[in-house]
Amino acid sequence: MNALKNLFVTPITRFWRWASQGKHPLVVTLVFLAVGTALVYGSPRSLIAFFVFISTAIFIYYLPMSPRLKLGLAALITLGLIPVLGLRNIFYLEVIFQISVFAALALGLNIVVGFAGLLDLGYVAFYAVGAYSWAIFGSQQLYMLHAVPGTMSTAANFPLPRDAFYLFLFLGVGLAGLTGILLGLPVLRLRGDYLAIVTLGFGEVIRVLANNLDKPLNLTNGPQGITPIQRPTLPGPVLDALRVVYNPLVGHPVTESQFYNLFFYLAALMVILVVIMVVRRLDDSKIGRAWTAIREDETAAIAMGIPLVRMKLAAFAAGASFAGAMGVLFAASRTFVSPESFSFMQSIGVLTMVILGGLGSIPGVIVGAAVVVILNLQVLTGLSLFLSQLRQSDAVIPIINFAWKDLSTQLDPAKYQRLLFGFILILMMIYRPAGLIPAERRKRELKSETEAPNGVPGENNAGDKKPDVQEDVHGAA
Amino acid sequence: MALLETTGVTKRFGGLQAVGKMDFSLEQGQIVSIIGPNGAGKTTFFNTLTGIYRPEEGQIHFNGGSLVGLRPDQITARGIARTFQNIRLFGGMTVIENIMVGMHAHLKQSLPDALFHTRSFQSEEKDAHRRAVELMDFVGLKGVGDELSRNLPYGGQRRVEIARALASDPKLLLLDEPTAGMNPRETDEAVNLFRRLRNELGVTILLIEHSMRVVMDISERITVMDYGLKIAEGLPEEISNNTRVVEAYLGRGAADLLDL
Repeated sequence: MNALKNLFVTPITRFWRWASQGKHPLVVTLVFLAVGTALVYGSPRSLIAFFVFISTAIFIYYLPMSPRLKLGLAALITLGLIPVLGLRNIFYLEVIFQISVFAALALGLNIVVGFAGLLDLGYVAFYAVGAYSWAIFGSQQLYMLHAVPGTMSTAANFPLPRDAFYLFLFLGVGLAGLTGILLGLPVLRLRGDYLAIVTLGFGEVIRVLANNLDKPLNLTNGPQGITPIQRPTLPGPVLDALRVVYNPLVGHPVTESQFYNLFFYLAALMVILVVIMVVRRLDDSKIGRAWTAIREDETAAIAMGIPLVRMKLAAFAAGASFAGAMGVLFAASRTFVSPESFSFMQSIGVLTMVILGGLGSIPGVIVGAAVVVILNLQVLTGLSLFLSQLRQSDAVIPIINFAWKDLSTQLDPAKYQRLLFGFILILMMIYRPAGLIPAERRKRELKSETEAPNGVPGENNAGDKKPDVQEDVHGAA
Repeated sequence: MALLETTGVTKRFGGLQAVGKMDFSLEQGQIVSIIGPNGAGKTTFFNTLTGIYRPEEGQIHFNGGSLVGLRPDQITARGIARTFQNIRLFGGMTVIENIMVGMHAHLKQSLPDALFHTRSFQSEEKDAHRRAVELMDFVGLKGVGDELSRNLPYGGQRRVEIARALASDPKLLLLDEPTAGMNPRETDEAVNLFRRLRNELGVTILLIEHSMRVVMDISERITVMDYGLKIAEGLPEEISNNTRVVEAYLGRGAADLLDL
């Protein structure tokens, strides 16, 4: 154990201490960023290169730099580097798009679960409401209300123009928020576990509705789902201009569908920025304080003059509306929605991101979403792909002399993805129960006030902050 | 006219009558105690006043209006604040935030204000923050505003709870066993604080208390409850010599032994 510590932990701690001094933070970050970018650019399929690249985010977040510098670096990565690298290997753009979508969902759910403490197990229902609102109006589904589900529309045109998408982005927000209020009104008198069960039921109701609303009016086209759904227009001249910039940078001609990927990534990024701003400002107002008070102690909160039902409804509506916006975006980006995308497992997945990242912590929840998506899309799939290749090769496990080929099909490595994921969750919750980046209360009291302990020892807690820094180093490692 | 007046307030749980036909009144600016053995219905009476329970019978009038049927948050907005028998602070929030939660009903900021950080929002938040620091000072806490309230020692938490209740600008403050678990020195400080609340802020105080030292020291009037009923009412001296009260505490016959 000690040897392990000397070998890994100590050098990392030393390096971190060195990197935190003077001008070092910027230098270290830029070096990592340059190396990461070069690696990903050179070998777009390498997982290690990808990790070097995203590890820069850890440096930007934790190393001491001015907020403005941090923002600048973040903008450079998200707006400058990721588009180029993503267009070079479109898979990365997909990964980062999914991260953005789930980060927005997790941020929304975080309001309900993390701030207000209302366990919502059917959150994805609001996402479905947003997705189906654009799916129904943005496709030819309206022409087929009386058609048998599964038949294709013969109409040549769509009922709404493509750019109604932008309108629906806002409509989706309102519609999902309204659904949140409608659901909340009857059920928010319930507490804790009872509320969880009701929301679970609601999530299933929405999914089953989507599955069965192909009769008597064919609204959702049932299990087959709705396709094609329109995307907003990307004007030709703009694309041509972008091609001039990006073709040489990327190294191959960029197609229109790849530009769509880029567009949806940027749109998701915009939504996230808005969501972060809204969440932060709400959290910093009497509404946010009321939510936290409700989470901490409902009875005390109501005795302090907080209108319980109204505040809970606000939390539900706010959380739901973000999911609605992302639903619209999702429907347009996939050009296809079906009830399958809104299963109970999806709700649980988003909840996992929130808890893994840190209940109530905005950066934590975003990191949680990123970790889960990267694990699912890249690490675990990569691992099972690697194991499958081993099976097909002539490789033999040396000491026990076991050929991979002889492995029973029951033990297909691809089937172990979920198992590994489960193990990771268990370990995380044991060793970091408050999440990857735990929530912190804002420090409000003016520092100018001298600490005059008036018979109230407060000094004990002042020193508590320091060990945290070290822990972060371990976490980053 | 009395600040608070209840007539015939009755609260039952199933077959059990927790508070029965309670007639009680309280003048502006008084400090009044309710005492009684465990299970006498004191806290239930508090919960009925603050709207956590709804009485089956009876009227509650406060400051010229009826309180029966109002929600707890509405009652708080009308000027009744309380503390709890077992401290119920928002442990994961800082001391300042705890106190600011108490101001909820009085803050005028709306959703757009909060989203766009309008000028009125900013000045209101600043005022609220400043007032929270003042209240913290008033109850004798300094320099702990950014501590999570759960990290304060017991006596400090009691003070924060009082500051939080004061933040709602109450006319009447209900204190439920505010000195429970305090040592004699802390108790003396607490009693001083209660006096200052009334003398300097003009808050009327109704407290449930077990410590007779505190009760006799601070109360201007005392009401005694037993088995949900009011069994005595009067000045401290009257109460300490009342046969029924002694019997309620020590059992039938005890009064004879004590030569009352």
